[in-house]
Amino acid sequence: MEAHRGENPDAAFEPDDQVNPLGGSSVSGGTLPSWFLWAVVGASALVALAILFATGGFKIVLFFLLTFGLALPTTYIWSRFAETRRQATDRLVTISIVAGFGIAVGPLISLLYEVIKRGTAGLSAGFLTDDARGAIGAAGGANHAIIGTLVITGVATLISVPIGIMAAIYLNEYGKGRLRRALTFFVDVMTGIPSIVAGLFAYALFAIFLGPGIRLGIIGSVALSVLMIPIVIRSAEEILKIVPNHLREAAYALGTPKWKVVSKIVLPTALAGLVTGVMLAIARVIGETAPLLVTTGVIDQTNTNPFDGRMQNLAVYAYSEYKDPGVQVQASYDKAWAAALTLIVIVMVLSLLARFIYRRFGTDLR
Amino acid sequence: MEDERDEMPETADTSTDATAAETANDGLATDLARTAEANKGRGAQKVERKAKRFEVKDVNLYYGKFHAVEDVSMTIEPNRVTALIGSSGCGKTTMLRSLNRMHELTPGASVKGQVMLDDEDIYRANVDPVEVRRLVGMVFQQPNPFPTMSVAENVAAGLTLNQRGISKSDKAEVVERSLRGAHLWDEVKDRLDRPGSGLSGGQQQRLCIARAIAVEPEVLLMDEPCSALDPIATLAIEDLIEDLKGRYTIVIVTHNMQQAARASDSTAFFNLEATGKPGRLVEMGPTQEMFTKPGKKETEDYVSGRFG
Repeated sequence: MEAHRGENPDAAFEPDDQVNPLGGSSVSGGTLPSWFLWAVVGASALVALAILFATGGFKIVLFFLLTFGLALPTTYIWSRFAETRRQATDRLVTISIVAGFGIAVGPLISLLYEVIKRGTAGLSAGFLTDDARGAIGAAGGANHAIIGTLVITGVATLISVPIGIMAAIYLNEYGKGRLRRALTFFVDVMTGIPSIVAGLFAYALFAIFLGPGIRLGIIGSVALSVLMIPIVIRSAEEILKIVPNHLREAAYALGTPKWKVVSKIVLPTALAGLVTGVMLAIARVIGETAPLLVTTGVIDQTNTNPFDGRMQNLAVYAYSEYKDPGVQVQASYDKAWAAALTLIVIVMVLSLLARFIYRRFGTDLR
Repeated sequence: MEDERDEMPETADTSTDATAAETANDGLATDLARTAEANKGRGAQKVERKAKRFEVKDVNLYYGKFHAVEDVSMTIEPNRVTALIGSSGCGKTTMLRSLNRMHELTPGASVKGQVMLDDEDIYRANVDPVEVRRLVGMVFQQPNPFPTMSVAENVAAGLTLNQRGISKSDKAEVVERSLRGAHLWDEVKDRLDRPGSGLSGGQQQRLCIARAIAVEPEVLLMDEPCSALDPIATLAIEDLIEDLKGRYTIVIVTHNMQQAARASDSTAFFNLEATGKPGRLVEMGPTQEMFTKPGKKETEDYVSGRFG
């Protein structure tokens, strides 16, 4: 046995002289080289290119579809004959999974590419520092919209985070029975509220006190909070759930009252995850248009006070530049794209920040 | 030797004990004050002191409708190591957790009967479970240092969480003493500010013991403290247990019969009649006796390895 193992390391796993149920008497089963898959995909891509150019209709989406359509059966059939059935199935699934990933990521890359390409045209120093008052053509910028976006979203975050995290603590640490189930149900319902409904709700709420036609930054923040709170609750609840129970017990066993167990042990342990959840919620609402259109209105100059007067924000800015272009239509379109790009950059910075916080302060919970 | 311990001279503590008994209502508070006083006065490493005695009277433990432990009555002597042994699922851990009111943290869990800590029933209506847990510390099966805290912060956690206005130097002193007490000081003194979760399993477990003794409890409950550790780390913890019983009453749940034989003074054997039936205390006695000439056939079968 020892000598045998020395000759062929794989043989140690297989009893001597037994027929491999997958066919063939060897355990290796005629494996194709590791570059086989790449070779097939590459060849398929070439064939696809040739077909598309021959028919004269090159489309990038069509190209990928055709490559996939060629590579999949080729790999499977080839592998089926050269290797075992299991390996053929394995390759089939591998290709399908990679293709699925491609389908998910493809549109995203295409979108980023398009926004960056078109957005940079309208981007300039003036775009970031000037507002749009009296601006004609390419003059003027979106400073008022950038500030409005940051203020409205910032205030919305200030409202949502304490409420959301406290609600999550209630649901995970304190709540039980019917009330808990009811709250979970309503949080689920809240996640499904259409954003325009949130906007109208906030508008109606403030209109009761301040009269109809009221437009304030704070109303927009309240509308966004309605959308943010359920997201914060959900993500915080998931994070609190994976804080191991033995940490709570360890703290209890030291004679720690419950509120301290929650505030000094559970929350710090979950901190990084909570921050990530909040960032996700911000990213979700920062690009909202409809609720802000009805609550904060449209304005062309910078306003930093959410309690006084209308406020512009990037999504509404992009929308109105596109809907009512000035005399120079292209300049307005460029500004709309630049606003979209700015929005994406803000979200990206936030999510990078969240990742950094997670890496730096994250606790390994599993 | 055991007899000597039993009749250990009742020193200065007797007077405070008497006061505690008199003021039955805020007795636990008095005990706390006493512990705090003891904290101030202690200095030397190996101070012997008389810890508290548990008297369990007709305790029944439930998880919802499930009857987990039935009619247990036993006495846990102070400054001794009491081992709870028995096959899996017979209620040892449940019993242990009822001794510092951790049992009720499980949703739906309930308790019937009395658990007397010296003269006080810890399940009396107006007793605060938080105060009970300050007197009865616990070490768990899996080492569980707080992942957000350093080694030193972990040890001082009980103080920082529950006592106000402790000076830095006092805290450092408690950390060093507790780590020395847990036989861990020499190994970690150079990395007190590193995360506690970076230590090895055995060190983490001793860190948890240091954390538990830093608040100077009366009783230390240990729930299979060595089951996740290798033999050398296990030996280190057993040595430590031997040392600790000078100051604390120790109750240890273990699956390892050799460990019970080596480390404990008395042993309680739990068993169930059949699956689904509640666990009960079969017999309890000095460890020596339990392992050589137990009173019941069931115990003999178990300790000799015929089942379980």
